[in-house]
Amino acid sequence: MIRRIKLKKGLDLRLQGQASLAASTLPAEGIYSVMPDDFNGFSPRPVVKEGDSVKAGEPLFVSKDCPELKVVSPVSGKVEGVVRGERRKLLSINVEADGQQEHKTFSTTATTADQIKALLLEAGLFAFIRQRPFDIVANPQDTPKGIFVTAFSKMPLAQDFSFALKGEEEHLQAGIKALAAIAKVSVGIAPEQEELLSPLLADADVYVISGPNPAGNVGVHINHIDPVNKGEVVWTLSAEEVVFIGRLMKHGKVDLTRTIAVAGAEVKQPAYVKTLIGAPISALLKDNLHREEHIRIINGNPLVGTKTSMDGHLSARATELTVIPEGDDRDEILGWIMPRLSDFSTNRSYFSWLQGRKKEYNLDARIKGGERHMIMSGEYDRYLPMDIYAGYLIKAILTADLDRMEALGIYEVAPEDFAVAEFADSSKLELQRIVRQGLDLLRKEG
Amino acid sequence: MNFIKKTFDKARPAFSEGGRLKSLRSVFEGFESFLLVSNATSRSGASIHDAIDSKRIMSMVVIALMPAMLFGMYNIGYQHYMAAGLQGGLMEMFAYGLLALLPKIVVSYVVGLGIEFVVAQYKHEEIQEGYLVTGLIVPLILPINCPLWMMAVAIAFAVIFAKEIFGGTGMNIFNVALVARAFLFFSYSSKMTGDDVWVAKESIMGLGKDLPDTFTCATPLAEVGSGDVTTSLNDMIVGLIPGSVGETSVVAIALGAVLLLWTGIASWKTMLSVFVGGGITAALFHAAGTSPLEWYEHLALGGFCFGAVFMATDPVTSARTEGGKYIYGLLIGVIAVLVRVLNPGYPEGMMLAILFMNLFAPLIDYCFVQRNISHRMKRAKANNR
Repeated sequence: MIRRIKLKKGLDLRLQGQASLAASTLPAEGIYSVMPDDFNGFSPRPVVKEGDSVKAGEPLFVSKDCPELKVVSPVSGKVEGVVRGERRKLLSINVEADGQQEHKTFSTTATTADQIKALLLEAGLFAFIRQRPFDIVANPQDTPKGIFVTAFSKMPLAQDFSFALKGEEEHLQAGIKALAAIAKVSVGIAPEQEELLSPLLADADVYVISGPNPAGNVGVHINHIDPVNKGEVVWTLSAEEVVFIGRLMKHGKVDLTRTIAVAGAEVKQPAYVKTLIGAPISALLKDNLHREEHIRIINGNPLVGTKTSMDGHLSARATELTVIPEGDDRDEILGWIMPRLSDFSTNRSYFSWLQGRKKEYNLDARIKGGERHMIMSGEYDRYLPMDIYAGYLIKAILTADLDRMEALGIYEVAPEDFAVAEFADSSKLELQRIVRQGLDLLRKEG
Repeated sequence: MNFIKKTFDKARPAFSEGGRLKSLRSVFEGFESFLLVSNATSRSGASIHDAIDSKRIMSMVVIALMPAMLFGMYNIGYQHYMAAGLQGGLMEMFAYGLLALLPKIVVSYVVGLGIEFVVAQYKHEEIQEGYLVTGLIVPLILPINCPLWMMAVAIAFAVIFAKEIFGGTGMNIFNVALVARAFLFFSYSSKMTGDDVWVAKESIMGLGKDLPDTFTCATPLAEVGSGDVTTSLNDMIVGLIPGSVGETSVVAIALGAVLLLWTGIASWKTMLSVFVGGGITAALFHAAGTSPLEWYEHLALGGFCFGAVFMATDPVTSARTEGGKYIYGLLIGVIAVLVRVLNPGYPEGMMLAILFMNLFAPLIDYCFVQRNISHRMKRAKANNR
């Protein structure tokens, strides 16, 4: 069954350096790194030590609270390091790929919900499933009221899933089928994906969702399809992670290959790259940057991604790797009164409204203003297409008022839902950090 | 450009912690961020940001106030020359008004910004831009004959007690400029209202001439109170009438309103509702025979337009929910006309109406937010049954 949802609030922002629709493959060489921080709400315990040999699909670390929840190696090779930071916090486990790519094999006979759950846990793919409330790794003991999958992103420079799906159609189908055995699956797709995807999604409810960014956010879909209430749990995934599950169901092995967009104004030839998660950034960007200084490399897109460096590794969640100017070398005089024609603003005191929606901007990482108290009203609501008073929710979080956060709907949101509002905020508050703080506080106290 | 940056880089150590001039750190940072866009980059969350910031917003409001201010200057001269029976050119009258108003603007900024600098220094925060707007509005909503020292006292009171003790720009409950005006209105009412305060009486630097102390001139609204309307609608709209400096010209205020609405800095919902509320109430009173003024005359006279455009729409003190803005604006319009018509003591009601509704804005918002909350609770109950 296909249902349609039209959203109005939000903002589509076009940035320079869109990835062209051509994919190359990055060979599995060098150091691959899996970082526990990519799996929010997960306290990791390493199960390998330096020098151990692992196959692709064998666990690197498990959850302290729930040992059957594992995160596995994307490559086969030798564990090169277990990297710890302050107070022995596990930062990453690095595996030196041997280039053979030997896979651990799993049985493909699972059909019931319990069997599939057990298989996903064993193969480390369960760790990719997130839950609302709290936007953390799902708890295998929960029975979710539904599983929500988003097949598109409207974020600037985001991966085009329709392109990434090429050749993986049967895996998406198999993945959805497996998830449908656990709970009702709802998939949000963009209008232009309808023809391509709807034949593959027979086992799920399909929602065609149109509207500006953040229309691709799974949280927005849930809010319009079946909002999360207190005491309820839903699981969320991105469509590419469903493909991982499909590969496991079909071939009995864990293949964490993503087709990521390498994009942004500082990338010479923005295009797609087929790579395993945890790949070294230096290999992904090799000879493809305009300059090495004063740039910001982002694991993910510029609105929700996290800053990384040439020495970093591709995040397990990232569907794109973007590089924009850092802007710390730019000096601008009297910016508050200048026309700033090349800059983008949602406010008509600048002139981006004159330049059409097609114009691509080259924005740097400067905040372009000091942090203030919330001054303008309704600013966040314009960019959050959910039935939530965003400004009031943020204030409730800032004052650590747990009851009010709950009443205002914090269970329904994730930090990423506030990304567009954070971009447009004239008071320059760090909304995503604030929301994450609120969610963590509520999880600890509640 | 490099020169400016180098100058600041060179001066920075002296103003930092442990430097010779560390007690002026907030002033230094204020000027630096005024001249140079900070190249601080984002540390968490979104890596890119919109070019809009509160400096830009506040400067847009200041620009929107310019037509009203410039016309106000001209009108000060015009009223003086009329009263003195002098012939003067446009530039001469404007120059007179400029000289009469400039000291007020300077004093207003010196006192208000001075307090802001001290507070920012004390709290180790950046200077907040809110006062840029307040500092220009205050001289514009006072009669020209209000003494400088009174204004300075009122501003100090308003900035400290209506803003800083609540936590600064963005946290205040009442509109700061209106608190300053209300302070003067109730403490020194003889200098704020009556027939004696609306026309500048001294000769300034050879321009104009001294008027006798006995000279008086009422505003059209006060005349209505005593029964006769002599001002033509044309004068009410153009604004060559006695009144507070910036409030007289509908045309000049409309220019500012266009800029504020176009940039989205003022909410059209609030602004429109104020006019609708005031218009309907005034029409009812006129129909009932209580007020001799037509509804459009009520809207054109006194501080109605200025209040509706520049003060009711203050995003901090007005209602913050979209639905709430309609109610908030509507009630301001209604109350302003109610006070004007039914209270013979106060010919003008806009100030009290806005301050009163500032007080009620959180309550209006509470109702809208609570509706969302109870809707969510109901949904949760229905699902968990």
